[in-house]
Amino acid sequence: MTLDARLVVNRPGFVLDIELTAAPGEVVALLGPNGAGKTTALRSLAGLTALDDGHVTLDGRRLDHEPPEHRRIGVVFQDYLLFPHLTALDNVAFGPRCRRVPRREARDKAREWLARVGLSEHVRKKPRQLSGGQAQRVALARALATDPKLLLLDEPLAALDARTRLDTRAALRGHLASFPGATVLVTHDPLDALMLADRLVIVEDGRIVQIGDAATITAQPRTDYVARLVGLNLYRGRAEGTTVRLPDGFSLVTAVPQEGPAFVAFPPAAVSLFASRPAGSPRNTWPATVTTVARHGDALRIELSGPIPVAADVTPAAAVQLELEPGRAIWATVKATETTAYPA
Amino acid sequence: MFLTLPLFGLLWRAPWSTLPQRLTEPGILAALRLSLLTATLATAVSLVLGVPLAWLLARTEFPGRRLVRALVTVPLVLPPVVGGVALLLVFGRRGLLGSWLDTTFGVSLPFTTAGVVVAEAFVAMPFLVISVEGALRGADARYEEAAATLGAGRWTAFRRVTLPLIAPGVAAGGMLCWARALGEFGATITFAGNFPGRTQTMPLAVYLALEQDVDAAIVLSLVLLVVSIAILAALRDRWVAA
Repeated sequence: MTLDARLVVNRPGFVLDIELTAAPGEVVALLGPNGAGKTTALRSLAGLTALDDGHVTLDGRRLDHEPPEHRRIGVVFQDYLLFPHLTALDNVAFGPRCRRVPRREARDKAREWLARVGLSEHVRKKPRQLSGGQAQRVALARALATDPKLLLLDEPLAALDARTRLDTRAALRGHLASFPGATVLVTHDPLDALMLADRLVIVEDGRIVQIGDAATITAQPRTDYVARLVGLNLYRGRAEGTTVRLPDGFSLVTAVPQEGPAFVAFPPAAVSLFASRPAGSPRNTWPATVTTVARHGDALRIELSGPIPVAADVTPAAAVQLELEPGRAIWATVKATETTAYPA
Repeated sequence: MFLTLPLFGLLWRAPWSTLPQRLTEPGILAALRLSLLTATLATAVSLVLGVPLAWLLARTEFPGRRLVRALVTVPLVLPPVVGGVALLLVFGRRGLLGSWLDTTFGVSLPFTTAGVVVAEAFVAMPFLVISVEGALRGADARYEEAAATLGAGRWTAFRRVTLPLIAPGVAAGGMLCWARALGEFGATITFAGNFPGRTQTMPLAVYLALEQDVDAAIVLSLVLLVVSIAILAALRDRWVAA
């Protein structure tokens, strides 16, 4: 149940070209901004969008010329697409029925799957009588009841409110863990990706920009999009020892020496702000101007302009003391030991 | 006002005193039975041919699709008498297909009950096709995609997912089609003639009676009116309200 695919889809003004692999039992998340081509990638895996080039191979079998109904790929759609005229039970039994399982057996199997997702009480309900979280679970049961070799989830939690999302995410995590096949999950929510996936594939503008596990991605982002997702300040420059020179002439000092193209990343909490130039202190010190002040959890997130754009987190008390408001000129510092530098 | 006034005129002029005797005349019953039978058969034919055609028009891309759609609506704008003449030219004993049907199967459509059905279906089917195509375009095609990922071929997806979703549209189209077929006059009289018991449907009987006995024509019209309104109302409550 190993997936090996290269997906190329040409659209006017947009080209999707990504390579994707997934091992049995592995959950791979395609993470990216809206319009990056994630859903197109998923649709082409399922056979709903034709490939212009590339291949889809599952268990060594080429599938790219098979119609969707012969691919044995289960899909949970973003808005679930439960058949409105069928009960939850018949929705789940639909897949087995299409595989010529006798009606009784298909219904038994559907009942079993609905029990597994905790919906035994709701088998007779029509989709419009189900809550969002319940509909999501029916959609998952419906996809899994076909015994797919590959499971595709398109923004599985996007349609849910925050509270339901939390419970459903935890439940989904459990079901994915017990699913023996490969799973590809599409999401624009980093939390979903980090919580559910073993491996993250970051897609921007139809291309893969970074692949890695949650720890690598969150510690060493390689694009502004990823850095923003994981809440880091990220700069790209050329390293000479512990100095990384940025394209606009500004330099950052890091703790670990590097050579050549490099990234420097540091969290907003590592930035300290001072009313006047601090004496004899950290290596990275520069004058900056406050552009916005916004709540961010318990802290305040301060966006600064200056030689480099940077986000800083300060306590409300510090903000009051420093009189932080848009337009205020201050000094920013970052200790070299609080930065992370890695090759670009 | 304009739409209902003629109906009141019909009621006002009705020969109420002699109504019971006139209603039991055998000719009326035969014409009524024939009308209901042929309109229902024409609707069945239209459903069998029209629903797949509507599906092709709404869901697939093929060369000449726009032309086919334009051709489907031709019977709508064509005067029914012209349609009847056209049918004669094709299915007549010397017609394009008619001569072949005659020599191969010994079947001749014109001036038979089957001919009535053909004429009515020809005129009424576009109503069904247009209505079903509209319903299909309104239905979310992604349900069919979802069905496909669950292992359903095109036919299964259509039968088990699409058709139930567009059922109200099909029912409405079927009703329009049936009502149009029930009232069909021009194509029927041209293609199938006016033989009592065989091809004389209610509208033909009304027309014929009008030349001899106005009261009989009014009675026939009333019967046609009552029957069609009753059946449409019954179906409407059952299908469209749900």
